[in-house]
Amino acid sequence: MPNFGIATNNGQGATAQKWATCLEPINEGSCMSKLVVATLAAAMLAGSATLTWAQERVVNVYNWSDYIDDSILEDFTKETGIKVVYDVFDSNEILETKLLAGGSGYDVVVPSAYFLQRQIAAGVFQKLDKSKLPNLSNMWNVIMERTAQYDPGNEYAVDYMWGTTGIGYNVDKMKEILGTDEKPNWDVVFNPEIAAKFKDCGIHLLDAPTDIMPSALAYLGLNPDSHEAADLEKATDLLLKVRPYIRKFHSSEYINALANGDICLAVGFSGDIFQARDRAAEAKAGVTVDYSIPAQGAQMWFDMLAIPADAPHVAEAHEFINYMMKPEVIAKASNYVFYANGNKAAQQFLDKEVLEDTAIYPTDEMMQKLFTVTPFEPKEQRVLTRLWTKIVTGQ
Amino acid sequence: MAKLASALVNRLVIIVPYAWLLFFFLIPFFIVFRISLSQTTVAMPPYTPVFDLAGGLAGILEKAREFSVDNYVWLTEDALYFNAYVSSLIIAAISTFLTLLIGYPIAYGMAKAPRAIRPTLLMLVILPFWTSFLIRVYAWIAILKPEGLLNQFLMTIGIIDQPLIILNTNSAIYIGIVYSYLPFMVLPIYSALEKMDHSLIEAAQDLGCTQVSAFWRVTFPLSLPGVVAGCLLVFIPAVGEFVIPDLLGGSETLMIGKTLWNEFNANRDWPVSSAVATVLLLILVIPIVYFQNVQAKADGERG
Repeated sequence: MPNFGIATNNGQGATAQKWATCLEPINEGSCMSKLVVATLAAAMLAGSATLTWAQERVVNVYNWSDYIDDSILEDFTKETGIKVVYDVFDSNEILETKLLAGGSGYDVVVPSAYFLQRQIAAGVFQKLDKSKLPNLSNMWNVIMERTAQYDPGNEYAVDYMWGTTGIGYNVDKMKEILGTDEKPNWDVVFNPEIAAKFKDCGIHLLDAPTDIMPSALAYLGLNPDSHEAADLEKATDLLLKVRPYIRKFHSSEYINALANGDICLAVGFSGDIFQARDRAAEAKAGVTVDYSIPAQGAQMWFDMLAIPADAPHVAEAHEFINYMMKPEVIAKASNYVFYANGNKAAQQFLDKEVLEDTAIYPTDEMMQKLFTVTPFEPKEQRVLTRLWTKIVTGQ
Repeated sequence: MAKLASALVNRLVIIVPYAWLLFFFLIPFFIVFRISLSQTTVAMPPYTPVFDLAGGLAGILEKAREFSVDNYVWLTEDALYFNAYVSSLIIAAISTFLTLLIGYPIAYGMAKAPRAIRPTLLMLVILPFWTSFLIRVYAWIAILKPEGLLNQFLMTIGIIDQPLIILNTNSAIYIGIVYSYLPFMVLPIYSALEKMDHSLIEAAQDLGCTQVSAFWRVTFPLSLPGVVAGCLLVFIPAVGEFVIPDLLGGSETLMIGKTLWNEFNANRDWPVSSAVATVLLLILVIPIVYFQNVQAKADGERG
């Protein structure tokens, strides 16, 4: 069978060229009809490609939005002949709902480790066939040890990217208010006297107890992974004290709000804040955003590649995961998205600005202070959610 | 023969809306209701009991004994749910009232406009639908934020010297809902007013009504069906609104949509969230059915 995946791409390439000539005003008259013909031709090629999918090898991937360099997928298809059907989500909850309902049709999905653990318990995933994953030898044991807390023996998943939950801030405002160039620590959020100074400037927190409570516990010197009601009450009291200074609890709005200079501080995911930093720099409106891993310690999170139990293309899924563990490939992904990956061998292929940025790859000393947290049992989760509603709404 | 055929066609025409209701309302509702009687568990799907048709009727009946109303009892034990329902109803009622206040004059003006420009006006009302709802709500963030367009404008013309804090408050939610649902209020009122016979107003004025009293004693009562339809079209979706309070509202705004989201996604408790949804539906359906009955009776008496 000829590879129609590539043939279709050629068709689209031709269309793009026609578009280019169409932009020249002289060609205007006849151009439109040519364009229509080209588009139809491309559509027909795409249609015939659909018909041949049954014989073609396919892998259906469901990953976070803006989380890969597209050329990696094209290279994978060129190398293996497996077509990648790539679909994206923007929250763990959406992914989880699809997985729990069953029959999602996806072969590779990318939940965060915290969600992965409870999904494994629900029987969502199948064990990886490690004999088909020779590139596992490239993985970084420091990260593997941590992900094993969620998935003992790393039986079900391998790390794609990882990061931290820390503080994104407006550099100039921070200096203006605190009078220092030093990177902020948890005091700016959890110390009521200091947080009060940022009230008018604006503080956003992630709207999920499992993202914020562990950091509050760490600030109090308690075990960040504590599920004890007494500890959680203490963290709740702390958060209620700073509640009046927090403008909003929301898990994505802070990216734009930081980039536009609408707020000064946000507790958010490292990668999101790098995105805000880049957007602010592109806008050239005088806003500078930076990210700090607070000195008192921060939560680490991991996005994991896993195969659903009912995946239709198991062999292709393994090939895809194995490909993503190639050092050059995953390094290319990290260089594109500015996240750290769990692949030791990949580090030699990383751009300097990624590998040497301690906000992405923290120093060994800082790594010691990063903590992981484990999921709550359903009954504990209910208590936690209720405490959170009390913090957020006052009810 | 022709009579029989047309009777058959009539039947078929009636079947379409009933089939619609069956497939897109009743069956989904029963699925939700059935989950609300289940218990949450760590599995796929995350509730029990799950029916296996292979077990036959006896097997299904056996499993059905596991159903319980525990989730509904749970909703009464924490004031959170009651407060969330009440707060959603209040926000929806205020928004509906504001939408009516703004929508009625617009519809009135449209119905009184020269016949030739009415289609244009109608299109202008529908025009915002050509842009995605989400993008329009996002646009309001840019308008309402402290350094946003509205504050900049008001400060430039010197009405205020400190930016108004509107974004992330309930005022922003009202603005968002009124803006988004205005066409649903304007269109039914316009259609009621447009059909009205203008000679009735002339008759009222001949009989001594002033313009104002003619409006309140003739025009407004005749437009009531449009007003009621418009209010329901705004009120019902506003109660369960999730996107507008999430993007424009503050975190302290308690609405049932968010409570349901928490139950479903944070607690992964599909049964309790189904119970929340079922109760919400009952809260909305009972007054509507009651209202329809009253109206049908009134129509019957008049006829």
